[in-house]
Amino acid sequence: MAHNPDRPAVSSENYWRRNLTYVGILLVIWFGISYGAGILFVEPLNRIRLPGTGFPLGFWFAQQGSIYVFVVLIFVYVYLMNRLDREFGVSEEDE
Amino acid sequence: MTVTAWTFVLVGLSFALYIGVAVWSRAHSTSEFYVAGTGVSPLANGMATAADWMSAASFISMAGIISFSGYDGSVYLMGWTGGYVLLALLLAPYLRKFGAYTVPDFVGDRYYSQTARIVAVVCAIFVSFTYVSGQMRGVGIVFSRFLQVDINTGIVIGMGIVFFYAVLGGMKGITYTQVAQYCVLIFAYLVPAIFLSILITGNPIPQLGFGGVDQETGTFLLDRLNGLNAELGFTAYTSGVKSTIDVFFITAALMVGTAGLPHVIIRFYTVPRVKDARISVGWALVFIALLYTAAPAVAVFARANLLNTVSEQPYAEMPEWFSTWEDTGLITFDDRNGDGIIQYVGPEAQTATGVPIENELTIDRDIMVLANPEIANLPNWVIGLVAAGGLAAALSTAAGLLLVISAAVSHDLLKRAFKPDITERGELIAARVAAGFAVVVAGALGIRNFGFVAEVVAFAFGLAAASFFPAIIMGIFSKRMNREGAILGMITGITFTAGYIVYFKFINPAANTAENWWFGVSPEGIGAVGMLLNFAVAITVARFTPAPPPEIGRMVERIRVPKGAGEAHEISG
Repeated sequence: MAHNPDRPAVSSENYWRRNLTYVGILLVIWFGISYGAGILFVEPLNRIRLPGTGFPLGFWFAQQGSIYVFVVLIFVYVYLMNRLDREFGVSEEDE
Repeated sequence: MTVTAWTFVLVGLSFALYIGVAVWSRAHSTSEFYVAGTGVSPLANGMATAADWMSAASFISMAGIISFSGYDGSVYLMGWTGGYVLLALLLAPYLRKFGAYTVPDFVGDRYYSQTARIVAVVCAIFVSFTYVSGQMRGVGIVFSRFLQVDINTGIVIGMGIVFFYAVLGGMKGITYTQVAQYCVLIFAYLVPAIFLSILITGNPIPQLGFGGVDQETGTFLLDRLNGLNAELGFTAYTSGVKSTIDVFFITAALMVGTAGLPHVIIRFYTVPRVKDARISVGWALVFIALLYTAAPAVAVFARANLLNTVSEQPYAEMPEWFSTWEDTGLITFDDRNGDGIIQYVGPEAQTATGVPIENELTIDRDIMVLANPEIANLPNWVIGLVAAGGLAAALSTAAGLLLVISAAVSHDLLKRAFKPDITERGELIAARVAAGFAVVVAGALGIRNFGFVAEVVAFAFGLAAASFFPAIIMGIFSKRMNREGAILGMITGITFTAGYIVYFKFINPAANTAENWWFGVSPEGIGAVGMLLNFAVAITVARFTPAPPPEIGRMVERIRVPKGAGEAHEISG
């Protein structure tokens, strides 16, 4: 088993800090797409059309795009955290 | 076969399926009753979560509201999906690691306080009953329209079914019934959506179709709708009437509420491992997104079809569905100018010479999804399918909520607070009695009518956002947060939010206009303000009161890591 029970203090602090960094970056994107593109900047974006469709861009973000981005964000987080768990030897894989 | 015959067959078959699944998967222990023995696969849990959480509001009500409010309906679309990002990133993995049965379990242990536990129990029961009352109206609408029974009889039948599988099966029964209900409801939602999309735009994918070209006129469907809305004196479909700040706060309240709703959170206690909890949230959102990205398309198709069918048409020539819905009182026509033609217009409508036109048609927004297949002349079996889907959505959510209420009574109050020496057998009996009692109360609430389904449900989200979300977040992300802060925060948040809603909705509904709202935030969005208050009070109080005992700090460290450091502490501590 890769994980060493004698060194947790420093490594678990690093683990937590890396986790918070991931969470922070993903939440910035989360906020930018939904509250940014879908609400605060919806009117300027509505002047642009999603090419080839009848969707004003801001409206599309509010009713379609934001939902797709939410799904992607969760799967990205799952991928990053599974990698991080293995790196720090805290994965439940070998239980 | 007639619509009624098809509805009886499809609803009957789906109910038989749920009961069969419930008998097959009934619970034998408290662990199975509360968390399905933590043996649910992440994919199945994702599907169950999707059904658990997509209620009558999502299935019956939401597309109708979007259809009438256009862009403003986006608050529901973003609000009810964005919360899953918060769940995956901030809550689900840690609560799974903590490994409790209920949300008050976590609050009570993390804040080392029976008072905190009981405050959480009261919040959980309050939120869940608010939510359940919204579901029951949905059940009533479906029954009264499609099975030609009295609304109250319909509610009693629905509650009987829920009683059977929630009381018998507990979480284990509910989980697998919800998987079946998800399959029924998503099929029932997408079939008419695809039909309509092909009919109107020629594109079989509704998510793309509503951005496509209307086959009749050759213009983009959304452009055509904006044009029609303008002509009839409504706001343009792709822009809204709600203020930006209100849209912002409603979306926030719904998102945070999603992440704070006890019946959603406990679903992530049922999977085997922390990593399963993370991916399970992802699957849940995939399954939800299937419906949620189709809903705005359904809304656009419904709007176009409705305007085509009724606007400036003779009342005498209205199709059969029109008069059936009139019988339920959910469509009313009042021929004010006596010309026998339906003037369905918005507040700004006027004739070419500037004379205002009076609106003569009122349509309950909750009926749009149910009426849609009939308006578009789809086959009878599709209409029956939609009825079965609406019931699946309402019943699956009601069952999840009833389980929260039952666990709050039998586990949090009896086992953890007042009678710790209760046997497992005794607790299981208490849980079933509590579930039975909750079914009866929920039925009684459903027989009273509390307004639009989605609005009532939105209040439940506001209450959850203002009470649980901050307490749980700070319990995980701050080691310094103590019981005094958490308790006062929760009490402030839920009292403020409930007070604001009760004032504007029940005490003084006449004042419920934008000028009277604080900072322009409507009662639907006030939960986000309540949440901020909760955080502010909790952080301030915690600064001036003693830090939590050291073992709480170690507990928090344990929660934060899937394995390893946590076990080391457990061995040494």
